[in-house]
Amino acid sequence: MKFSLSWLKEHLDTDADMLAVADCLNRIGLEVEGIENPADTLSAFRIAKVLSAAPHPKADKLQVLSVDAGGPPLQVVCGAPNARAGMLGVFGPAGAVVPANGMVLKVAAIRGVESNGMMCSIAELELGDDHDGIIELPDDAPVGQVYADWAGLDDPVIDVSITPNRQDCMGVRGIARDLAAAGLGTLKPLGDVYKIDLSAPLEGGDPAPNVRTDDEAGCPAFYAQSVSGVRNGDSPEWMRAKLKAIGQKPISALVDITNFLSIDLGRPLHVYDRAKLNGALVARKAVDGEQVVALNGKTYTLDASMTVIADDAMVHDIGGIMGGEHSGVSEDTTDVLIECAFFDPEHISRTGQKLGLTSDARQRFERGVDPAFLDDGLAIATKLVLDLAGGTASAVTRMGQAPVAPRIFSYNTDYCNHLGGVDVAPEEQRNILERLGFSVTADWHITVPSWRRDVDGPADIVEEVVRIIGLDNVMSVPLPRADGVAKPTATPAQSLERKVRRAAAARGLNEAINWSFLPQKAADAFGGGAWSLANPISEDMKVMRPSLLPGLLSAAQRNMDRGASSVRLFEIGRRYFAAADGTSDERLTAGIVLAGDKSVRNWTTGKSVKFDAFDAKAEAIALLKAAGVATDGLLVMDDAGAHYHPGQSATLRMGPKNILAAFGTLHPATAKAFDLDGSIVAAEIFLDAIPLKKATGFMRLAFTPPALQAVTRDFAFLVSQDMPANDLVRAIKGCDKDNIVAARLFDRFAGQGVPEGQVSLAVEVTLQPTDKSYGDDDLKLISDKVIAAAAKLGAVLRG
Amino acid sequence: MSDIETLQTELIAGIDSADTLEALEAVRVSALGKQGSVSALLKTMGGMSPEERQTQGPIINGLRESISLALAAKKAELETAELNRRLATERVDMTLPAPDAPRGTIHPVSQVMDELAEIFADMGFAVAEGPEIEDDWHNFTALNIPETHPARAMHDTFYFPDDMARDGQKMVLRTHTSPVQIRTMTSQEPPIRIIAPGRVYRSDSDATHTPMFHQIEGLVIDKGIHLGHLKWTLETFLKAYFEREDVVLRLRPSYFPFTEPSVEVDVGYSVINGKRVIGGAEDWMEVLGSGMVHRKVIEACGLDPDVWQGFAFGTGVDRLAMLKYGMDDLRAFFDGDNRWLQHYGFDALDVPTLSGGVGA
Repeated sequence: MKFSLSWLKEHLDTDADMLAVADCLNRIGLEVEGIENPADTLSAFRIAKVLSAAPHPKADKLQVLSVDAGGPPLQVVCGAPNARAGMLGVFGPAGAVVPANGMVLKVAAIRGVESNGMMCSIAELELGDDHDGIIELPDDAPVGQVYADWAGLDDPVIDVSITPNRQDCMGVRGIARDLAAAGLGTLKPLGDVYKIDLSAPLEGGDPAPNVRTDDEAGCPAFYAQSVSGVRNGDSPEWMRAKLKAIGQKPISALVDITNFLSIDLGRPLHVYDRAKLNGALVARKAVDGEQVVALNGKTYTLDASMTVIADDAMVHDIGGIMGGEHSGVSEDTTDVLIECAFFDPEHISRTGQKLGLTSDARQRFERGVDPAFLDDGLAIATKLVLDLAGGTASAVTRMGQAPVAPRIFSYNTDYCNHLGGVDVAPEEQRNILERLGFSVTADWHITVPSWRRDVDGPADIVEEVVRIIGLDNVMSVPLPRADGVAKPTATPAQSLERKVRRAAAARGLNEAINWSFLPQKAADAFGGGAWSLANPISEDMKVMRPSLLPGLLSAAQRNMDRGASSVRLFEIGRRYFAAADGTSDERLTAGIVLAGDKSVRNWTTGKSVKFDAFDAKAEAIALLKAAGVATDGLLVMDDAGAHYHPGQSATLRMGPKNILAAFGTLHPATAKAFDLDGSIVAAEIFLDAIPLKKATGFMRLAFTPPALQAVTRDFAFLVSQDMPANDLVRAIKGCDKDNIVAARLFDRFAGQGVPEGQVSLAVEVTLQPTDKSYGDDDLKLISDKVIAAAAKLGAVLRG
Repeated sequence: MSDIETLQTELIAGIDSADTLEALEAVRVSALGKQGSVSALLKTMGGMSPEERQTQGPIINGLRESISLALAAKKAELETAELNRRLATERVDMTLPAPDAPRGTIHPVSQVMDELAEIFADMGFAVAEGPEIEDDWHNFTALNIPETHPARAMHDTFYFPDDMARDGQKMVLRTHTSPVQIRTMTSQEPPIRIIAPGRVYRSDSDATHTPMFHQIEGLVIDKGIHLGHLKWTLETFLKAYFEREDVVLRLRPSYFPFTEPSVEVDVGYSVINGKRVIGGAEDWMEVLGSGMVHRKVIEACGLDPDVWQGFAFGTGVDRLAMLKYGMDDLRAFFDGDNRWLQHYGFDALDVPTLSGGVGA
């Protein structure tokens, strides 16, 4: 919402300057987004007199002027056809910046003749569209004075952000009322501002126009008045200047009047050319499929939920949003019908959303215009039409009833302190409320003014009082604090997430945050997404991710494209599934992608080392350990997923069903889909699948180191090369739990001495004696058990 | 000079002149070996008379002792020389690089969330969570934002198709963390003090907006909580977060459908080396939205608004990170650029603590 300072002062009697106004606006909740003063950009441009004009020696269309801009005469080359001796215009000297194009003027030779600046057009100074010639000023304009000062352009324009609850401030008058309530000045009576007596209706002798509303839900009230015999020329300079100052283009008196009142009073109106109407003008629901060409030139197809204004022939207005082109006024218009209606905010909002159509009128109606301002609004509009375009007014038609039932509730002045934290004397509260237009009875029953649709309870009253008193007067009060030091607050799941994150970073991985949404194809390649957006910002951000890997792979690819030789990325975030009841099932997951060199070329070997699947396994196990999982007991099984290399991937499970992690080399086809080459490995840790530890107190088990030294024995077995080594290790470890405390594979060999199709696996077994040291017999017994357990798997001890 | 003295002189000379361990060993064998000269003298003691032994014994043993000591000393000397020789051949260029260990990093958003959790834990706030795919009721209706409310249009909501609707509720990507307020109030009894950080989504993308970003919500519900408590909480939080005492807040009346009164909070900053630095009051920037929880919201959650009241606030986590640590492009937060992560990321051990300072 933009307005100029002088515009504000039409309604507000105040000496306050721009800064005081802006300060007060911010203080009372009308946030100033920007202040611009057109005079600031025009300060170098001065009023100048053309002393003489002679033809340019080398160019037919140019003239050489001598210009008096308050100093010694200056030579200026000018191409404007209207430049002539004796005229007054606006001169930009060397060093001035032309607002329209940002060009810095300099002393330069134009076709061989020196020019010391420029005589400017309206368009060049961004004061309008006229660029046919240079500006011509009246003869009494003071030569040498800054043009903007003389022209009254030193009038700052304020841009205020109006929150959706404050319809009343969608007009300059409402803003003036708020400022007056805050003590910045006095609100002038509306009748004075428009020089109109609002106590008596402005009704002419012509018959009242034939309008009515058949849709009392969408358009509860439809007031109208006609004016005949108008001449729709330009609006007067004061109105044009105001509209131009806020960036609106003046069009014609009738159009400008409606635009002006929309900004000035927050009251949208519509003016129809009566010559284009057939029969009664009726507010009704549209018929499904009915079309209208709106004033923006676009055709809109309507449905039966939308309120329109139509005559016998066609729709002329998308009620409260935008008028129709057909019955819009033109310079030939002589008879008009002025509509001042009340449209239901919810209807306007729905229609606007459906049509994707926004307008100044919609912004005001959907916030809810003042339902008690139909008569005055129409009277002011008619007066302006009569004043600016002439003609004679008709009687007024008033159909329907706007929702003006007063809102009254009781209020306890203590509530201001109780909720707002500031103690304001009851009389002070009363004064503030009355300045804002509320009426307050002696026993504190408050009637809300018709223009404050947002106020419907005591909390709103506290807000009014506190914002006018000033939030600076609210003193900080500490929250009550529990005794002792702060208690821990993290849940077990939050603690787990934090540990895993820091463990990953400690292992040299970099945490990335990737989009939660993926392209359809990427989601499909990772099991498919349950949730696809209806209105994605692009096709690349459409499906909620079923896996963290696509985002990480894309990030890895971008890094590789930037020349990275090694990428170690991880992310902790949610994957999105649908629960059986249709709610969202969001599962916390850690994803890891390792790409490129595990270690770069170095002087010891001269070779780089690439990541392999075991690097992914190492990360998965390390992070599970950080999450408190006893990883030694996990099963290593297949089915990591189709995005992995089928022969170089696995899952880690706690029991056969509960998959805690998947890892492996990325499937070459997946890598290719992400434009990655080389060995890419990945891991996924399903944090939601990790059983959370129950709190068991801080006491650890007693430390009981064994009294006797452990011994180790090595065994080498020949096994089928297809047999998982872990099966052998697990079998050995489990074959004599009283003695064997650890079994560790330390060699795997195929080749000379090992039969084709087999491998030799060597396992170091750690034996822990308890009450006496092992004798040869004991060791033999244990050794036999190990060999027997291995034999069950088809493993043969190597001789 | 006696024979023994002569022998001792010869042997000492032999030891002194031995320049290798092998030569020294030869001397040792010649003196103390089975056939050695000193051993031979020791053997003669068996055939001596007691008187003779009394005089000769100490002399011969003294000889053995002195030779043994001389041998040991020379051996140590030769061994040291030998070791030094070997070490001299083992010299390695220690300017050669050691093996690289990759440096991992924590994303600034995670770090800041940990910082916030630490600060608010000290004020008694727990961390609450909620789904990112929300239903319309939690994201809007329960927060006093009915379907036709103009505020909805301002949210640029991402919707899921109608056939994903549940109980007639359209499903959306949450546009703010405020639905966690509702989930908390409907699932636990007051008094409540929570913060809720997380991902939020708006259909908006330009230099300063990304379709996904992070917010943190705060909620206090108790008896007798008023705007003054809100002001203190935000001041205390921002001072702790920026670790500056000169943090100045400016509260401005504003509007959010779920709070009444609503307050926007500006923080004062100064410009130092072209960057905005929080502190002082040279100029203001908006950092927080907040207010007293609207009674309709408290009612929607099944609580009695005449008994329970409180405040809520929300702000952007990414923005807080930018203001504290100086990043200037939001989009880079979500690009996964290794160089950026190395530059702005945090070490694993930079765990925010009150005693060590929350900032790193």
